[in-house]
Amino acid sequence: MTIAAPPTPARRRNNRRRRHGTYGYVFFTPFLVVFAVAIAAPLLYAVYLSFFQDRLVGGNVFVGLDNYRQALTDSLFRAGVGRVALFLAVQVPLMLALALVAALAIDSGRARWSSLFRIGFFVPYAVPSVVAVLMWGYLYGRRFGLVSTIDQWVALPDPLGRSWMLASIGNVVTWEYAGYNMLILYAALRAIPTDIYEAAQVDGAGEFRKAWSIKLPAVRPALLLATVFSIIGSFQLFNEPNVLQSLAPSVVTTSYTPNMYAYNLAFNGQQFNYSAALAVVLGAVTAVIAYAFQRSTKRTP
Amino acid sequence: MRRRRSNALTAVMVLMLIYTMLPLAWLLISSTKNSSDLFSSFGLWFGHGFHLFDNVHAVVTYDGGIYLRWFVNTLLYAVVGAGGAAIIAALGGYALAKYDFRGRRLLSALVLGAITIPGTALAVPTYLLFSRVGIVNTPWAVLIPALASPFGLYLMRVYAADAIPDELLEAARIDGAGEIRTFFTVSLRLLAPGFVTVLLFALVATWNNYFLPLIVLSDPDWFPLTVGLAHWNSLASGAAGSGATTVSFYPMVITGSLLAIVPLVVAFLLLQRFWQSGLAAGSVKQ
Repeated sequence: MTIAAPPTPARRRNNRRRRHGTYGYVFFTPFLVVFAVAIAAPLLYAVYLSFFQDRLVGGNVFVGLDNYRQALTDSLFRAGVGRVALFLAVQVPLMLALALVAALAIDSGRARWSSLFRIGFFVPYAVPSVVAVLMWGYLYGRRFGLVSTIDQWVALPDPLGRSWMLASIGNVVTWEYAGYNMLILYAALRAIPTDIYEAAQVDGAGEFRKAWSIKLPAVRPALLLATVFSIIGSFQLFNEPNVLQSLAPSVVTTSYTPNMYAYNLAFNGQQFNYSAALAVVLGAVTAVIAYAFQRSTKRTP
Repeated sequence: MRRRRSNALTAVMVLMLIYTMLPLAWLLISSTKNSSDLFSSFGLWFGHGFHLFDNVHAVVTYDGGIYLRWFVNTLLYAVVGAGGAAIIAALGGYALAKYDFRGRRLLSALVLGAITIPGTALAVPTYLLFSRVGIVNTPWAVLIPALASPFGLYLMRVYAADAIPDELLEAARIDGAGEIRTFFTVSLRLLAPGFVTVLLFALVATWNNYFLPLIVLSDPDWFPLTVGLAHWNSLASGAAGSGATTVSFYPMVITGSLLAIVPLVVAFLLLQRFWQSGLAAGSVKQ
C-alpha cells in the first residue's frame, strides 16, 4: 500500500539461500492460515451474501446486484458517508497538523521537558476508545462534568447537540490519536542524519528554513502513512458515535456513520444480506480513497 | 551545540499537555466521588468525601464480580491474541525478509493489500461467517481475528531485513544448526525490539477492541472490559431499555474505566525503550 518497499538490492543470491527457500513457506504458513480464516474468508463470504436477499415469498434468493443498487440510492447510507467524509476533511488535517507541530517542537530541542511531553502526548493512545468516549462524553454532559460547570458563567453550545456532535467526536478522535501520529513523525525526524543540519547551519539556514527544507521532506513517507491510516479510521468510524449514542440518542441516529448503519441493519433489522453489501461498498470506498491519495502524492520525489 | 530554549514553544507544549491530561485528571478525581458528589461538586476538584475504595469495592463486587470476569477475559484476549499475532507476524516477516522462495513477491503484495482492509469493515461479515461455523459467543470469535496482523508482519519484515545479517545465518548453517532452531536461538533475539513493538501495538489493539466483541459476543460472561463498561454506561443513562435511569452506575463506570486503563499505560511506560526504537525502524524505512 503506502510504502511499497523498493526491491531489496539483489543480494548475493547464492544457491545456499535458495536451497533453504522452502523454509520460507514453513515460516510464512501460520500467517497464511490466519489470513485465510480471519480476513479472506469473511471478505469472500460478505461478497457472496451481498448477492442474495431474504424475500417474504421464496425465502433467500439470488438477486445479483440489487443490494448494491439499493445502497447507491439509500439516502441514510449516503448521509452517513457524507458525514464521515466531512469528518475526514476537517478532523484529519487538524489532528496531523497538531501532531506535526508537536513532533517538530520536541525534535528541535527548543522546548523544555521534551521527554515528558513526548510520553504525555502519547498516553491517550493506550486508553481504550470506549473509555476515551466515556470520559469526554461525561465532560460534555450537562448533568455533571466540565461543560455544565463552565456553562454557569458563559453560555456554551451543547457539545452533544445536533450541530456540535460531529465536532465533539472529532475532538475525542484527535485526543486519542494525535500523540500516536506525533510519535511516528518524531521517529522519522530522529532518523535524519545530523550532518545535514550541520551543512545547513554552515549555509546559514535558520530553524524555520531547516524545518521547511530538510525536516518536512524527510517526514513525508511517515506523514503519508499516518494520513492513509487516518482516512481508513474516518471511514470506519464506529466506537465513538456508538458509545455516545446512549448519551444523545436523538442526535446520534442508528445510521449516523456507515459502519453504525451496517451494524444496526444486521443486528436490529436482521437484514444481513444488505448489511454485507454495505460493508463491501464501504471497504471498497475506503481502499480506493486510500489508494488514490497515496498515488496522488507519489509523483514528487 | 547548545540550543536556545524558547519559552513560547514550551508554553504551547504545556497547553497541549493540559489538553491531553484533562480527561484523565477528571477521571482520576471523579473516581473518588460518590454519585451525589459527582452531580454537585466541581468537576476538576475533589468532592466532600473520599469514596475511591467504596467505588472500587462496588465495581468488583457488583453482580457476583462480573467486572473481574471481564478483566480476566480482556487479559486472555490480549495476551493470547496479541502474543500469537506477534509471533505469527515475526515468523512471516522473517520469511519474507530472509528467504528466497517462489511466490514471495506475491505474498508481499498480499500483506500490503491486507493492511488497507480495515478490521472494522470485516466485523459484520466475520460475525455472519462465525455464526455459520458455530463459534460466535465463544472466545474463539475474538481470538482468531486478533491473530491476523498484516501491519505487524510488514513491520517485522522491515525490521528483520536490517537487524539480521545474512552472514550470521550462513554461519549458523555452516555450524549445522537447523533453520527453525536458528530462528528461535539466534534470529528472534535480534528481532526483540521490533517484536516488543509489534506485541505492544497488538496488545493495545486487542485490549481496546470494542466493535468485534460487541458483535460476536452476547453472553456477558465472555465480554471484555470495553463492551462491559459501555453496557454499564447504557444502564446508567437509562438507554438500555430498563426505563428508570440508574445514576448509581455512574461512579462504577468511572472507576471501572480508571482500572481498565492502568495496565496498558503502565506497560507502555515500562517498555518505552523498546517500542520507541522499534517504531523508529518501522516508520522510517520504506
